[in-house]
Amino acid sequence: MPGLGTTLGRGGATTFMQDLQNSDCILIMGSNMAENHPVGFQWVMEARERGAEVIHVDPRFTRTSAVATRHVKIRPGSDIAFLGGIVNYIITHERWFHDYVVNYTNAPVIIDPRYRDTEDLGGLFSGFDAKQDAYDLASWQYEDLDMTGSAGRRMGSAVSGSKIVTHELSPEEKAAEDRPLEHGEPPHVDVTLQHPRCVFQLLKKHYARYTPEMVERICGTPKEQFLAVAEALCANSGRERTSAMCYALGWTHHTEGAQTIRTAAMIQLLLGNIGRPGSGILALRGHASIQGSTDIPTLYELLPGYIPMPEEGMTDLGKFLHETTAKGGFWGHMDAYTISLLKAWYGEHATAENEWCFGHLPRINGDHSIYPAMMGMLQGTVKGFFCIGENPAVGSANASLHRRAMANLDWLVVRDLFEIESAAFWYDSPEIETGKLRTADIKTEIFLLPAADHLQKDGSFTNTQRLLQWHHKAVEPNGDARSELWFYYHLGKRIREKLLASSDPKDRAINELTWNYPELGALADPDASAVLREINGWGADGKALDTYTKLKADGSTVSGCWIYCGVFTGEQNLAARRKPGSEQSWVAPEWGWAWPANRRQLYNRASADPDGKPWSERKRYVWWDAEKKEWTGYDVPDFVKDKPPDYVPPDGAKAEKALDGRSPFIMQGDGKGWLFVPDGLVDGPLPTHYEPEESPVDNALYAQQANPVRERWPSANNPYHPSGSAPGASVFPYVMTSYRLTEHHTAGGMSRTLPHLAELQPEMFCEVSPALAAERGLVHGAWATIVSARSAIEARVLVTDRVPDYQIQGQTVRVVGLPYHWGNRGISVGDSANDLWSISADPNVHIQETKAATCDVIAGRRPRGTALSALVNEYRRRAGLPAEE
Amino acid sequence: MSDLYDDTAAEREMATHPQAEARKGFFTDTTLCIGCKACEVACKEWNQLPADGYSFTGHSYDNTGELNGSTWRHVAFVEQLRNGATPQEDEQQVVRADAGRWLMESDVCKHCTHAACLDVCPTGALVRTEFGTVFVQQDVCNGCGYCVPACPFGVIDKREYDGHAGKCTLCYDRLQDGETPSCAKACPTESIQYGDLEELRTRADARLEKLQREGRYTDASLYLRDTDNGIGGAGAFFLLLDKPEVYGLPPDPFDTTRDLGRLWKHAAYAALALVGVTALAAVGTRR
Repeated sequence: MPGLGTTLGRGGATTFMQDLQNSDCILIMGSNMAENHPVGFQWVMEARERGAEVIHVDPRFTRTSAVATRHVKIRPGSDIAFLGGIVNYIITHERWFHDYVVNYTNAPVIIDPRYRDTEDLGGLFSGFDAKQDAYDLASWQYEDLDMTGSAGRRMGSAVSGSKIVTHELSPEEKAAEDRPLEHGEPPHVDVTLQHPRCVFQLLKKHYARYTPEMVERICGTPKEQFLAVAEALCANSGRERTSAMCYALGWTHHTEGAQTIRTAAMIQLLLGNIGRPGSGILALRGHASIQGSTDIPTLYELLPGYIPMPEEGMTDLGKFLHETTAKGGFWGHMDAYTISLLKAWYGEHATAENEWCFGHLPRINGDHSIYPAMMGMLQGTVKGFFCIGENPAVGSANASLHRRAMANLDWLVVRDLFEIESAAFWYDSPEIETGKLRTADIKTEIFLLPAADHLQKDGSFTNTQRLLQWHHKAVEPNGDARSELWFYYHLGKRIREKLLASSDPKDRAINELTWNYPELGALADPDASAVLREINGWGADGKALDTYTKLKADGSTVSGCWIYCGVFTGEQNLAARRKPGSEQSWVAPEWGWAWPANRRQLYNRASADPDGKPWSERKRYVWWDAEKKEWTGYDVPDFVKDKPPDYVPPDGAKAEKALDGRSPFIMQGDGKGWLFVPDGLVDGPLPTHYEPEESPVDNALYAQQANPVRERWPSANNPYHPSGSAPGASVFPYVMTSYRLTEHHTAGGMSRTLPHLAELQPEMFCEVSPALAAERGLVHGAWATIVSARSAIEARVLVTDRVPDYQIQGQTVRVVGLPYHWGNRGISVGDSANDLWSISADPNVHIQETKAATCDVIAGRRPRGTALSALVNEYRRRAGLPAEE
Repeated sequence: MSDLYDDTAAEREMATHPQAEARKGFFTDTTLCIGCKACEVACKEWNQLPADGYSFTGHSYDNTGELNGSTWRHVAFVEQLRNGATPQEDEQQVVRADAGRWLMESDVCKHCTHAACLDVCPTGALVRTEFGTVFVQQDVCNGCGYCVPACPFGVIDKREYDGHAGKCTLCYDRLQDGETPSCAKACPTESIQYGDLEELRTRADARLEKLQREGRYTDASLYLRDTDNGIGGAGAFFLLLDKPEVYGLPPDPFDTTRDLGRLWKHAAYAALALVGVTALAAVGTRR
């Protein structure tokens, strides 16, 4: 979540579902919220019924569009052009919220004189190294002051797999790195926003060409429609009114996903729509508890609570803390968070003398996200794989590559509710059908282990709005099914038993772990609430802590995830609270528990003006009580409770004490919302429109066609189509986009297997416009074959006016819509849309681009067996690409 | 016998029910429907009904097709768009009636005041409950199928897998425990509202008045809300945005047994006349 993390300070939704009812305007973009978050969508409907405008900007007219007050079409892969157009509109028409922007954002900050914009360099920023396709970020810094981003890249090297270039620091740069904030401010600011190198002027220049006409040219959105959206947002923002934005995977699945989300955050900062009722950005997550799985991460580069994973060469704790600690704000306490985590993991073994066992942590030496890992399997360097909570044989881009990669493993563990495609590929898959894989040749030893479902285990979900909700076991798991907690806990116990006698120093990392939860019931399930209590942490007296501000760097406190500290306040599991909404305020603070500190709306100090008074009575939320000398309101203030609005930090102040009383973004090094990101993102300080990896058109704004830093893995297994006006691009004339349906869940393991869901969307289908159908002779209800250089799949044809055509730079662009739920196992079976996609990815978060690419469509079913390869190879030949291996 | 076909018979029947409760029903407001089909799934889960099959229909996002013996809630999808069109706005920036739109409506048994299915059932399997709903007693139904053509909405249907007739029970078992029917419980946007029928009618009137006052959905109308229609009023009624037939609903449904009384009278007269004629003929012959 570095899009939100670098801009605002935390990688999570700024607001909560229930607060959408207070919005005067809701922009849903990059999300099909009614279909994919139908329960939360009730609050959008509530807002609409109260008179709010609900705008859906989307390539298709979906069930969300059907109940919105306005649907605006947009070509897949052009979101930054659209949003950048809104930034331009706000600045051109002087619609920004002046007092909010000047006081709460980094708009006045002067940037390093070495900085050059994309306007100067044909679509590139300063610092680009063409040999490595990566940036040196030094010239993006504040003048004379080095800032550390709150998220994303936070260490000074490329060892962790970040696509960046580094250099030896000059004496000036060294001084800038060590310089503290002065009275809570960067050294050089211009509050009149006139300095040519201040962020506001750089922003103005960067987006000057993102005009409504340019938006129409790039996005295919009629100019009037675009202007209506921009005006609606502006008219519904300011002291008296607020607008909210909801996004989901429609923004993340791009080679510029993080930057897209960042553009939205910038608009909300300019309009004063962060931290206030009815405002904010709701990051709608794609799975249950996916927020939880970044908080307590399943990510290779993070430790719990967004602490960076140390890199190879990061030998001592002091160096790690120096690199990762922020000058101001709560990331100034990296030492307390890290040492408390190490105490939770290594207990009595963690001492000041051994740097709290910092040496036990793994060191990362490259990009170990899922796609490089799969490439490693294909090449034979990755030997084993735990496949849990995912189904890459259906759900990952270029699914065929993943199936062949898994067929090259020594061993594979799949834990699931059903025998999903990722467990059965060795005898039942498209590759077996075409003869590319033969069962007898596959040496992978596959362990299919039955998993308990959520009704068969205790635990918590952390949902889209950072809310932890506890669920209790309703029944015991059936047969050999076990919970994830059981599996990992007992696996750990068995490994430790085997290592008990080992004196090898490397085994200390496992032998010294605290691994002693109470075991419950006949199955010896570890006590999930004991795990949550450890995550919360305790103090020197052994009692559960109630807030992360009590964590210390002296080893006296324990916390498994500092942002969850407080969930076990008073030895009570607050995530299990279920006080009905009717018995408390609309904020409902006693339903579950939200991180951090049960704050439902983040950055809510911004709901008051610099003096601490509400911006307006209508939008009152959190304010300064001058008599009691504390912040108060409807929510838990996201601010130091007794820090007055007029507080000015003394010289040499650190962490939150270095931030003044007017800085609401308390995780940021300078307490401000970052319109310009000097550190944390590897592909630019300002979001810029680039075409997707595969596009039917050239970039109308810059010579640079696609994101120059995007991640690519070109090979015969993963070929990319020529893009724009490049020779061969016209072989794949259509744009394809993939998505989900209400009726199914992700890769289908939990829905294509259930009769009541499978019957509702029983077959793989594609959605096309009547014009595309006519162009290719497609018959409604019959079959079509969709072809890319990766594969060809078949789908039923749904001809519908809901998929519009686009006029882009004088060219008609037609779109093929592809739900991605299907695979060859279960009750409802069909070809996988992901077989068509290549793997190219966002360089910040390594997320694949599956929302926009190119393809061809032909009528009828696809060829079978080797004839399928022949078809794909014929397309490859025509596009000038190498044949299949 | 004539009582059965009296216009007020059903109301009287409910009033004299030994455990009479306020009549319960559904108000389905299609302006709030997001087409999620949670109602279909919740209904099948609670009532333990099987899936109907796994075929792509091509009818927009509707693949269950219709109400039948094992599908008791059904969401209709009606696409009304021009290619590339998006909803047009008037000055108040609201969706205009002639704009492109995608209608969704969750259909269900109407629990008619004059329920023809109940009237024609020869075994007494179909009964009126204390909640004023029409209920099929599965253990009494002999599968004769008379009820199927009797229903003016094509709701009740005979199931191949067990030979019995099936349709919405308004979750009779849940109602007996004071619970909301499963479809209404699962609906995330309160498109399906359950309650006392009289209260629902008042609520629906207020809703229609509000939509018209605000200039939103100016073509909205209430379907089967009134009691003076051909079925004597329904226990399940709807707020629609287009003509009923657009959603596959009959515009002017009537109780298919409404003329039975008259027919029987005519038949009786005819029989009497025949007897008379025969008698006269006999008399004549004798003469």
